[in-house]
Amino acid sequence: MQQRRELDQVYTNRKLLNGQLDTPKWWAPTVTILGIVVVLGLIVIAVMINKGLGMTGLARPVYWGLFITTFVFWVGISHAGIMISAILRLTQAEWRRPVTRAAELLTVFSLLTALVFPLIHAGRPWRIAYWIMPYDLARGIYPNIRSPLNMDPVAISTYLTGSTLFLYIALLPDLGNLRDRTTGWKNAMYTVLALGWRGNPRQWKMQTVGGILLSALMLPIFVSVHSIVSWDFAVASAVEGWHSTIFAPYFVIGAVHSGVSAVVTMMALMRWLWKWDDFIRPEHFDALARLLIVVSTGWLGFTFLELIFALYGQDAPEIALREMQMFQWPWNGLFILFFLTAYAIPVPMWLFKRVRTNIALMFWTSILVNIGMWLERFLIIVPGLARRTPFVYTWEAYRPSAVEWTIFIWSFAWVTFLMLLFSKFFPLVPLFEQKESQVFTTDVMIGRAKVPAIIREAD
Amino acid sequence: MSTQSILGLFQQPESAADAMDGLKEAGFELGTFDVLTGTPYPEGAFGEYVPQHRLFRFPAFGAIIGFTLSIFLTSVTQLAYPMVTGGKPILSIFAMLIIMYEMTMLAGVIATVIGIVFESRLPNMKPGIYDTRITEGWIGVVVTFDDDSKVADAESVLNKAGALEIKHAK
Repeated sequence: MQQRRELDQVYTNRKLLNGQLDTPKWWAPTVTILGIVVVLGLIVIAVMINKGLGMTGLARPVYWGLFITTFVFWVGISHAGIMISAILRLTQAEWRRPVTRAAELLTVFSLLTALVFPLIHAGRPWRIAYWIMPYDLARGIYPNIRSPLNMDPVAISTYLTGSTLFLYIALLPDLGNLRDRTTGWKNAMYTVLALGWRGNPRQWKMQTVGGILLSALMLPIFVSVHSIVSWDFAVASAVEGWHSTIFAPYFVIGAVHSGVSAVVTMMALMRWLWKWDDFIRPEHFDALARLLIVVSTGWLGFTFLELIFALYGQDAPEIALREMQMFQWPWNGLFILFFLTAYAIPVPMWLFKRVRTNIALMFWTSILVNIGMWLERFLIIVPGLARRTPFVYTWEAYRPSAVEWTIFIWSFAWVTFLMLLFSKFFPLVPLFEQKESQVFTTDVMIGRAKVPAIIREAD
Repeated sequence: MSTQSILGLFQQPESAADAMDGLKEAGFELGTFDVLTGTPYPEGAFGEYVPQHRLFRFPAFGAIIGFTLSIFLTSVTQLAYPMVTGGKPILSIFAMLIIMYEMTMLAGVIATVIGIVFESRLPNMKPGIYDTRITEGWIGVVVTFDDDSKVADAESVLNKAGALEIKHAK
């Protein structure tokens, strides 16, 4: 941590609130273009709901396709927030400070987006209520809690509610800061949202203790969410490639891999767009890349274990599926692309410090990881259904339609749109965390070298 | 006699700590003066009163409520429409545990957030005397009293400690 330079609080306010107090030139055109894509996507969704799922490529026997793949992908991305915010907060990792808000935000917006996919995938979204809400008090018919399709919305709603509240609580000091820097209706808005924050010792203590407590509570939820998402597949005993006991930890670690990579992408964009070179420094990318090397290698281990467990039983249909996934066109092409992008290209590159501290390279390698992780979910979900099995007279019938691809693109535009909208009103980097870091930093002399050191309070 | 507040503004934490010490020595009671900062400082940095809290009770209380509700939701709904599937028991304990776990955690998190807000003494829409420079790195020492005769004493302590500015409010 030797790259920091001394920053005063006025400068920190001016730089980190530049999105709220001024409007960067690129902001309005970008939000307008994204807004148009979002509206177009919503129109396509509306038309699809009106005309029916016949507009998609979904057909017997492949009923779960691009929508469910993208749902799992966004739930995976959402795991960035708690991984970064909670684990790094609990372990008091100093480099977490500029990363936490963006990661928590990514969690909230990607979960909101993920929720859309099962809804529209159902064809008649309003009927979802029949399977998740205890709705029919008159006839005594209730949802089937034995189904993971019921557990899933419960887990995701818990995670979304918890993450949103976590985000808000950590925003309180910065809302107080914004209240102090604004006038007019903005001041009125921040005054209400800040709830009367003043920054006395009691309030700061609650921020610290509450943050740790919430982190500890959110961690088990974080593990449970993707475990339950994996059970959507793992309990389906009739589908080879899905029915696996290892799916829960495999999905969780895969989610962390893709989520942390998405945070890297976002951090690079934040540094470039808002010119936050003083706050988001190469050392942060270095630390995230080191974390990613460990996580991705763990994930690779699970990928091979899943394959080995499948092959160990010498079950003919299972072997046939693996052969199809890895050796038959087009699945083999996708499989190679998946392996190259999710691991074989980025991870060896991250072994070199000059790559880890090169923001452009980190940006592109983190995007590669998420291309790979999306393909991984596609290769888990679709081939298992598309394979020719006894008494099935159609197979490999799935080709995602233009409608599905449009909605897929819409999801990326939607998350980015929400992020940019948020950035207009709330800071993407927690100011009080930055300032705390400055208060807790001092220079110590070791011989003739002046080394910045972080002071930590004893528990 | 009305409640009055004065706010002394400092730029250095040492001066603010001196002011806090001075107020204690001048006989001001704990709870009548406080320090306001724009960033968290190590506990006791200003010799301030360390606040006691009961935040840890909130998640436990929330979890108990969530767990109780989840037992009700998962068992009563299944018993209300007792359809036997494959000769299995009506109450599927393992499936129930998953929903119960999520509901327990959800209620725990919500109660913790309520606890953080409550223990921070928020919302407080009339927070009293304040200065926006506090979020720019200045440190405020605020003194509140009912007795007008103490204003001069408090001002003297704050000035002696090196307050750069003193603000008054009624």
